[in-house]
Amino acid sequence: MNERNLFIVRFGEAALKGQNKPYFEKLLVERIRKLVKRLGSIEVRRKEGLIFVRADKSIPQEDIIREIGKVFGIASISPAVECPSDLEEIGRAAVEYMNRLIQEKGVKTFKVEAKRADKSFPVKSPDIAKKVGASVLKGCKVLKVDVHDPDVHLFVDLRRDVTYLYQQKIKGLGGLPLGSNGKGLVLLSGGIDSPVAAWMMARRGMQIEAVHYHSYPYTSERAQEKVEELAGILAVYCSRFKMHVINMLPIQEQIAAHCPAEEMTIQLRRFMMRVGEKIAAKNDCSMLVTGESLGQVASQTAEALCVTDASVTMPVMRPLIAMDKTEIMDLARHIGTYEKSIEPYEDCCTVFLPKHPLTKPRLDRIERSEAGLDVERLISEAVESEETIDIYPRID
Amino acid sequence: MSIYLDNSATTRQHEEVTNLMCRLMREDYGNPSSLHHMGLAAERHVKQARRSLARAVGCRAEEIVFTSCGTESDNLAIRGIAEARRRAGRRLVTTAIEHPAVLETFAALENEGYETCIVGVDKEGFVDPDRLAEAVDEETTLISVMHVNNEVGSIQPLAAVAEKKKNALLHSDCVQSLGKLPIPTEVLDLASFSAHKIHGPKGMGALYKAGSLHIIPQQTGGGQEKGLRSGTENVPGIAGFGLAASMAAESMDERCTQIAAMRDYLRRGILDEIPDVRINTPDHDAVCCILNVSFLGTRGEVILHTLEQQGIYVSTGSACSSHAKTRGSHVLRAMGLSGEAIEGAIRFSLSAYNTKEDIEQTVDALKKAVHRFRHLGGFR
Repeated sequence: MNERNLFIVRFGEAALKGQNKPYFEKLLVERIRKLVKRLGSIEVRRKEGLIFVRADKSIPQEDIIREIGKVFGIASISPAVECPSDLEEIGRAAVEYMNRLIQEKGVKTFKVEAKRADKSFPVKSPDIAKKVGASVLKGCKVLKVDVHDPDVHLFVDLRRDVTYLYQQKIKGLGGLPLGSNGKGLVLLSGGIDSPVAAWMMARRGMQIEAVHYHSYPYTSERAQEKVEELAGILAVYCSRFKMHVINMLPIQEQIAAHCPAEEMTIQLRRFMMRVGEKIAAKNDCSMLVTGESLGQVASQTAEALCVTDASVTMPVMRPLIAMDKTEIMDLARHIGTYEKSIEPYEDCCTVFLPKHPLTKPRLDRIERSEAGLDVERLISEAVESEETIDIYPRID
Repeated sequence: MSIYLDNSATTRQHEEVTNLMCRLMREDYGNPSSLHHMGLAAERHVKQARRSLARAVGCRAEEIVFTSCGTESDNLAIRGIAEARRRAGRRLVTTAIEHPAVLETFAALENEGYETCIVGVDKEGFVDPDRLAEAVDEETTLISVMHVNNEVGSIQPLAAVAEKKKNALLHSDCVQSLGKLPIPTEVLDLASFSAHKIHGPKGMGALYKAGSLHIIPQQTGGGQEKGLRSGTENVPGIAGFGLAASMAAESMDERCTQIAAMRDYLRRGILDEIPDVRINTPDHDAVCCILNVSFLGTRGEVILHTLEQQGIYVSTGSACSSHAKTRGSHVLRAMGLSGEAIEGAIRFSLSAYNTKEDIEQTVDALKKAVHRFRHLGGFR
């Protein structure tokens, strides 16, 4: 019947938007096109509030579903078949569709649900369902109807010229199309949290750029390679992005020389924010994004976050702020960054970890000890030493 | 220019070896099992290499089995004996400072129902033959003691160990001693070697197996290497190993004296220039090329990366970790070093390619690196 496989893709929240809807839809279609391009000849079109993907039969269905599953802004995906909007044609198509399911999956029971987008069609939805059901019963002798717990829930989506038949709705990632919500600079360490934070903001449509701080030779080159690989996993969802790499050791040495030992981490966090703010401004990012989560470590207590936050004026997004560590870990596993994150290389925060870091720092005291540092010079030197790496989606 | 002081990890392959291997890959690429002329040509290279290695080891050519690495040789020897002599006994003895290729194989055999015993070492890194003797009973079928320890360089008393072996056979991991010391084949039943530690190719190892000793092969197939190591011979690798072995055997004493002088120069430099160090390599019965030093109050890994910035390549015994107590070098731990000493340990391993200038630059860079760390170190 079809020489190509059809997939129906439904918008997530983008469908709720008013005047901006076409813009969101356009972004989404472009994003899908980009991701499925490498699989072969695939057509992506939008029509009547849905996206239709038609792919050569030679391309495995699961590959297409997997690629589309990486696109933010999608509610669900359904492999489907289409036929003319004529009850007899629909009946015939339904029989063929169900026969295939009987063969492939040994289906025994079914239920039909119909929806009529074209209200001028003379038959009402429940009656369409009944008629299609009758055709199926007649055409597939082994099948029985089960309205409560059917093996197959056959949906009939009748539109003006074409009717679509499908059975499953595979959940998409949700969120909003990438690029629909500005650009943010994420402070990307090698840990579990920051990649998740980046992913969560990207899911809301934010384009991502990253800054990575290291303390070479106190941290190793392999630690940076790990971060690049982590970033590569993020890029699968967030598209290609830039990562700025900066050595914080000169700043850490100054902090070590001039500030009390227990202030090391909090002072360093403030510098990371300020250097990040400069890098963000230079690269058209309007926000900073961090993986901080309330109370997770000494530098993330309410007091410490206030002191850190006071170092910059740019808004700082902390999408993980109220999440439990186990929830963050689950999400990291879902994204695919967890296994990489737990590889044991130290980042610059852990290298100079004081024995007893301050958990309740006071801004006035921190600012007083900071007065001994040439803050502006340290920041601008760090910004100038920046190296930029292009991060490409990592395809294994 | 880089200064490579990590020759116990691997060595720079000799140009002559590379050239020979390239020629074999381009021209004599036959399979030694083939009946035609090209097969014969390849077989000749294998034969010649076997003779060269046998001469370097001090054994007969038929006592050499080529393998893919030192680890494979250790596995073949240990498992091969354990399985072949299972009826005679199930007890296996080794030392705490062996390479993981030995220790992990013992651990696996323990899980498979063998009884294993791991004997400790003294604070200089030597196994005591009398202590080892206490672990060896009539049921013991294999003792495995390395010739030279790869982290600190201590030379183990294999002749004395051999006297205590009772019914057991003696295997020795000689990966670090080939080309530096005579291999005491007269007291050994099995010995493992690796090509890339003597300026040969990676992916090549060998096992010395005395006379007609029976072991169980760990790989079945076409019956190459007298059925002990099936699989088409890595002809370029074998030939490269053979050449590297002859080069290593040639004027070995002279070369080792020269390397030892360089190592002593490094030791002197460190002791003179840097306070608070602990030399972990024993001052007697140590191989010529290894010097293990703890720079107390520092972290070996950071010193390593600092030296690396100046093109100086060394090694730490321990993996990247701030918990030296649980994860640092098992060798230094077995020697009873403190956590601080383990954390600050660096291994320098030299080759004949190193010069006096290399050593001077290294001492200079070390002095600065250690000073910088100690200056900052209190803030960790």
